[in-house]
Amino acid sequence: MDDSVKLQIKKIVGNANYFDSDEDRLCYSYDGTPIYQQLPEAVVFPQDQEQISELFKLANSVPFNIVPRGAGTGLSGGSIPVENSIVIVLTKWNRILEIDSGNLTAWVEPGVITGHFQKEVEKRGLFYPPDPGSLNVCTIGGNVANNAGGLRGLKYGVTKNYVLGAEMILPDGTLLKTGGKNLKDVAGYNLRDFIVGSEGTIGIITKVLLKLIPAPLLSVTILAYFDKLIDSAKAVSGIISSHLTPAMMEFLDNTTINCVEDFTGIGLPRNSAAMLLIEFDGRGSAVSEDAESAVNILKKNNASVVKTATDIKESNSLKSARRSAFSALARRRPTTILEDATVPRSELPVIMEKINEAAVKYGVVFGNFGHAGDGNLHPTCLTDERDKQEINNAHRAFEFIFNETIKLGGTITGEHGTGLAKKQFLEQVAGIPGIEMMKKIKAVIDPGNILNPGKIFSISPRCEGSLPLNREQIGNFKG
Amino acid sequence: MKDSKIINERLRGILPDDDVLSQCIHCGMCLAVCPTYELTKLERSSPRGRIKLIKSVARGEIEMTKTFSYEMNFCLDCQACETACPAGVKYGSMVEAARVELVSAGFISPAGRLIKRFTLGYLFKSHGRLKAASRLLYFYQKSLKRFLHASGILRFIFPKLAEIDKLSPSVSKVFSDDIIPEIDNPAGEIKYKTAFLSGCLMNVMFAEMNIDTVEVLKKIGCQVITPKGQVCCGSLHAHNGDFDTARELAKKNLDIFSKFEFDFMVSNSAGCGAFMKEYGHLFKDDPVYAEKAEKFSERVKDLTEFMVLVKKEIHFGELKENITYHDACHLAHTQKVVNQPRELFDEIPGLTHVPLEESTWCCGSAGTYNIVQYEASMQILKRKMENIRATGAEIVLTGNPGCYQQLKYGAEKFGVNVKVEHPATLFNKSLDKSKK
Repeated sequence: MDDSVKLQIKKIVGNANYFDSDEDRLCYSYDGTPIYQQLPEAVVFPQDQEQISELFKLANSVPFNIVPRGAGTGLSGGSIPVENSIVIVLTKWNRILEIDSGNLTAWVEPGVITGHFQKEVEKRGLFYPPDPGSLNVCTIGGNVANNAGGLRGLKYGVTKNYVLGAEMILPDGTLLKTGGKNLKDVAGYNLRDFIVGSEGTIGIITKVLLKLIPAPLLSVTILAYFDKLIDSAKAVSGIISSHLTPAMMEFLDNTTINCVEDFTGIGLPRNSAAMLLIEFDGRGSAVSEDAESAVNILKKNNASVVKTATDIKESNSLKSARRSAFSALARRRPTTILEDATVPRSELPVIMEKINEAAVKYGVVFGNFGHAGDGNLHPTCLTDERDKQEINNAHRAFEFIFNETIKLGGTITGEHGTGLAKKQFLEQVAGIPGIEMMKKIKAVIDPGNILNPGKIFSISPRCEGSLPLNREQIGNFKG
Repeated sequence: MKDSKIINERLRGILPDDDVLSQCIHCGMCLAVCPTYELTKLERSSPRGRIKLIKSVARGEIEMTKTFSYEMNFCLDCQACETACPAGVKYGSMVEAARVELVSAGFISPAGRLIKRFTLGYLFKSHGRLKAASRLLYFYQKSLKRFLHASGILRFIFPKLAEIDKLSPSVSKVFSDDIIPEIDNPAGEIKYKTAFLSGCLMNVMFAEMNIDTVEVLKKIGCQVITPKGQVCCGSLHAHNGDFDTARELAKKNLDIFSKFEFDFMVSNSAGCGAFMKEYGHLFKDDPVYAEKAEKFSERVKDLTEFMVLVKKEIHFGELKENITYHDACHLAHTQKVVNQPRELFDEIPGLTHVPLEESTWCCGSAGTYNIVQYEASMQILKRKMENIRATGAEIVLTGNPGCYQQLKYGAEKFGVNVKVEHPATLFNKSLDKSKK
């Protein structure tokens, strides 16, 4: 990137909000995703919508690429810089603009930390359920861009179920406003839901209107240990098919149990093959009745121990222990490649077997945990990026798991997004017409392909029709 | 990016091996608890960013620069990130190694080095010298200081110095080791034999806390052994990268303390306790001291840690006070002593303990951080003081002299009506009212 361009960028955001030292570029070359990294040309913290708009106009005319970023905890590479790019960081946009108790809504800026927002609304007896594992760090903007899920997805759904409206700067610099406080709204295409999960490829979210619900008054947290992995999967299927809906139903295998116990020391069962962490919440007697039914199903499926948390403190420490699972697995090996395969819930026992099969077949080690109630598992390969052969085996194991997942009617990613890490598998899930439609939409909204290019899919020629012949034609297909 | 692929051999030599450097999976869980990241919102001011930088220097991808140096020293080394890190990354040792390398590469100004060499190398190595210097300082504080501050001369000449001067603790009128006898017996039967480190700063600046600690120990039936000739624990030197002096001091203490028989080594200063627990690790390859050091470290307990162990035998008296508690980093994050003080507060009849928001966040004292990084320290302190104000407590307790001094300064600077006390002082008051 030319110095003259850098000077123009600096002029837009101001000296104090522009960084391009080697140190700063290095520190924004990664996010939470293993292996992928790329240096940006510069890092900027724009102060208002106007500045973002100006940056887009400049990016189109020069051209250079723009990569939006929140806290950088993503797991699919969505906020990793691309070639010739600047990173726009939105963590300083962290004000809660309004909490409307009359309409149960809240306007927030994209840099608001999810956990902070939850605490603020809980002070008012309200509830914002989406709770990704990184909730104390990650931002609402990133959650919306990735349609983040979390532990409570089973009963309460994911981020998309709580986005009522948004403001977004489009790549041509214009401001899009969509949605509002109406619970019903069918005016035109549903652009609001299209924004959710767009992974920073069609615009930069500058404001979000979120839906809130009344907080549950009661909760019961159940712990169940199993000597056989398959029994835990059958117990989960049993609970779902008995029409019980816990707020969460989390699974940890033996490897994960031990790593989490090393970190927290709260007395998890080191010798069990698996454990389930189940929570029922709500109001009235139904909570304890449902919990009791679940306990019976757990026992019927050979749980060796079933117990309930004695108080809210114990329940919270169990849940935060579960949230640490992914990072705790790094105690075993320095590189943890975590996947996000999701299957219809009745197929849970099958996919668990397939994950074990992949480990044996390719000689790699998995720690497995996840949102069992959603059919959303996070098999995590424990490996070392310095060992190229092992990394190669890990990728082959994941390819096997993805293929099996798709055969079962599942999907390659339940809640982390496609980004860079899973784009090569997208076509198998979305199909050719699906992926072509996505590319067409992208091309119309971002004709210069300057905004987070190469994420979700590559704008490159398919292996049919004619290939580009010269440098000018190829130039159109960057990313 | 510099193309230089020359591996910085020296840094690689000091730093933990590549396995340790590779353990960080950059998940970002540490960002939530890092006070300096909270201030700048820049990745390079976060543990995750600093690890990336250290790794890049160690692998020869970048060279050490002023920015690198700044970020390594901007870090408080509070180690809250280590508590938060599920992967168990040893961040503290990486930053400390980087600092050692920065000193030898000349990134600390000659004046700064001279001051450090004088204070750490000369004063703190000897109890006698420190006490003599402290007497001079006492004279300054009682006469000249008052004049300089009251007349406004100091503020006129060096406005920043005037502020920093207030941060330095006042020298105690008497030094604790002049009062505390080598062997101090309880009134009744001896239930435990406890050794006590009177400390360097604790001895001359915070003598009252030492005296309260010994009183508490005696009231719960301990013989208190405070050997003459003991020296600074060495933590101040180690934190500044001078491990040779730290080891030399530790050896002296090990020799002196080994002349006595004791069950526990009780510490009332979070920093000293944390470092004495490290003696075993410090000498793990030393043929002479390895075993001695390990046995010593095993017996080191913070005052609250020890008291919880013997809780059944303690009979607290009623104390109608409204308190809150600030966790010293060296207690909460380094020693993982978090529940013990709270457990003891619950035992005191009549006492109201209002939990402090963000109690495990650093107060900004962090050794000499509040002097060398005054502005950042004050921003961090302000946040702490506002949290303390919100509790409405009359007293804030903390188990470390650095925090004690910082909070006292903060209460005055930010106008928070709260008294700062060491837990030993509170326990002593309560035990005085004990009916048993």
